[in-house]
Parts: sequence; C-alpha cells; structure tokens
Amino acid sequence: MTEDHTVTDDESSGFSTLDRQDEHQLLPELVAHLREHRTKLRQEWATRIHDAHLLDAMTPQEMSTETRSVYDNYVEVLETGSVEALQDYARNLSERIIPRGVETHEVVGIVLLLRDVLARSLFEKYQTDFRLLNRVLDAYEPAANRIANTVAVSFVDERERVIRQQQDAIRELSTPVLPVRERLLILPIIGVLDSERARQLTEQLLTGIRTHRAKVVVIDITGAPDVDETVANHLVQTVDASRLMGASVIITGLSPEIAQTLVTIGVDLSKMNTIGDLQGGLEEAERLLGYKVTRQDGPVGE
Amino acid sequence: MNTGPALVSILRQGSYLIASIHTALDDSQLMRLQKDLVDQIGRHRSRGVIIDVAALDVLDSFGSRTLRDIAEMARLRGALTVIVGIQPDVAFAMVSLGMGTGSVHAALDLEEGLEYLDRQVRARQPGSSVVVPR
Repeated sequence: MTEDHTVTDDESSGFSTLDRQDEHQLLPELVAHLREHRTKLRQEWATRIHDAHLLDAMTPQEMSTETRSVYDNYVEVLETGSVEALQDYARNLSERIIPRGVETHEVVGIVLLLRDVLARSLFEKYQTDFRLLNRVLDAYEPAANRIANTVAVSFVDERERVIRQQQDAIRELSTPVLPVRERLLILPIIGVLDSERARQLTEQLLTGIRTHRAKVVVIDITGAPDVDETVANHLVQTVDASRLMGASVIITGLSPEIAQTLVTIGVDLSKMNTIGDLQGGLEEAERLLGYKVTRQDGPVGE
Repeated sequence: MNTGPALVSILRQGSYLIASIHTALDDSQLMRLQKDLVDQIGRHRSRGVIIDVAALDVLDSFGSRTLRDIAEMARLRGALTVIVGIQPDVAFAMVSLGMGTGSVHAALDLEEGLEYLDRQVRARQPGSSVVVPR
C-alpha cells in the first residue's frame, strides 16, 4: 500500500512535466467519453446538487435547463480550451440568478460537484490502467480548475457590479430634504451613513434650512440599518449645526437595537431631542411650530 | 482704530440693540465690539441684543468665544442675546471644530431673531403692563 503511494507520487511528479502533446491526445478522448455518457452524468450531477441543497431557489425545469447548458459549456471548454464562451455564459447566468438570492458558495459548489462527478466517471473508466488514469487526470484537472475559477470569478464580478450599481443608486437617492409644512422639514435617512454621506447630508440640510426658513427639522433614521459611534457623532454635529442656523432638530425612528448600542458605547445624546417614531416626531414638530391638526368629523377614508 | 469704514454697526431698535458685523474682525476689533455693546446695553436700557454675523464666511474659536462672552455679559446687564445669520458653511465648520455658541440662542436671520426676542422678553415680564415697543 505504502509502496503504491510512493510510486504514484513519483509517477505524478514525473507527469507534471508532461509534454502538451499528451494532453492534446487525451483530451479529445476524454471529451468523447463525457459526451457519450452525457445524460447519465448530468443526471447524477443534478441529484448531487439536489442532495447538497444547492440552488434551492430554482425550479426543477430551470435546474434541468441550466445544468444542461453548464454541462455542455463545461465539456466544450475541455475540448477547445477557450474559456471565453463559458465566461459569457457564466456572466449571463449570474445576471439571472443573483436577483434570486443565489450565493457564491452555491455557484462554486455546483461547479465543483460537476468536476467531481466527471472525475469519478473518469476513474471508473480508466481504473484498470493506473498510468493512463494519471495522465488523463493530468490533462483533465488543470482544465477543470480553470473552469471552476472562471465561473467563480465571473459570478463574483457580476455580483460586485450589481452591488456597485445599487450603491450608486442609493447614493443618488441619498438624502432628500422634504418640506412638509411651512418651516418644517423632514430628512429621512435611508441606508448606511458613512462620513462622506453624513457630510453631504449635513450640507444639504443646512442649505435646506436656509432656503425653506425652517424652524424645526425631523430626522428619521428608521431606514438606517446600523448606527455606530462615528455615525452618532455625525448626527450630534448635524443637530448642533442646525441649531446654529436657528432650527431645532427632532430625531425619530431609533430602533431598540440602536438605542442599546448608543447607550452602551456611551455617545452623549443628552442634547438630542428624540421621539419614538416619525408620527410622534411630526406631532411634536407641529406643537413646536404652533400647528394644531384636527380631524374633521366623519368616518375615515370617505 | 476708527479709521476707514465701520466694521460693525450697532443700531438701536426699540429696546433691542442690533450689532451687524460687516467683515471679518481681528481679536482687538472683537474686544472693541464687546466693550461697546456692553456699554450701550446699560445706556439704552436694552432688553435684548442681536448680533448679526450673516456677512461672515468664517468664525474662529476666539470669535465664537467672544460671542459667548458678550451674551453672558449682556445677561448680567439684563439683556438677552441672540446670534443670527450664521451661514451653512460656517455652522458646519464650527461644529466640525467642536465650537458652538454654547447656551446662546441662534436664529436664522434678523427677522427670526427679533421674533425670538419678542417672545422671550414678553414671557419674562408676564405681569408687566408696559407694552414692549417693537
């Protein structure tokens, strides 16, 4: 047993300097084998994907279509050695499946499963001739690795592109300063607040205060997922700066988690006027401005 | 010190004093403003002081401290101070550098400042039958 292993190691190190001619001879044979057993291997692959609970977001029909395309593309890359077509396909596939919440590990997982299924089939075919098997694997594995690599990179690239696009969209929506009543502004903060955005936001708010001659500003942070010390300090600055412009600020929408975080990290928010939700904030703002809102008699919604 | 155009004008408006700063002041000019204002509060029996900084595009730490000091001195002499017209850039710079106006009230502009003083001064003498002239 031990001896066998030693021999294998020796053999494979010998084969690592294998001339490319061998690869050229073996790959067509390999491709022919994979084409021949296409249905069976694809079936086996699909079963293993199912067992591993990968791509649960897709319907069986979609799975069958996609596995067929991936399989054919895979074999084609083995045959031609060119990954360009696969790259395009992977990008296209990513574009379709990313919105459905498919994760990177799933995509890499299915490609590795296919690599595994095909490798096993090769083991089976060449198990009688150990030397030949070694040579076949030497031809197969670099190509298979390159495919897995290409698919993973394409997927991640596409994902990053989507994320960048979404970030841009968020930045553009950024922070509208909305007048709701005379001298009352609302500033809903949606999304992550970093230093750059906080600066932009404060600038817009201060300009808005001057333009609309606002006396009260309600900043609603319901849509801010996380508030850390930096963000809290930005908020304090925004409040102070608004006060210098003669406007008082009401902060609304502090979630229980954020309230806990802020108290735990010890940000001094004693100067801040905070109210639970936007509705309460608006009511308080109206009170400060001397508005009195009453509902007319009659059923709501008529 | 009195050469050239006036850098600050102190106007009397009813029982209020309005000090408009026209240009950036150096430290000695600020001290002069402080002295003049505190002097005049007593002379005119003023109840309120408005300091208009709308023309300033910069307000350093000495400037904001002096404004705070003026407010405190004015309070001791019986007048309430409000600072008006801080520009957005100035406000942002001030908070970034950790400066502020302390407990001194700030208002958007002169009009707002007058309104604020009217409200505050009236609230402070609820029983008085004397109507505060506008």
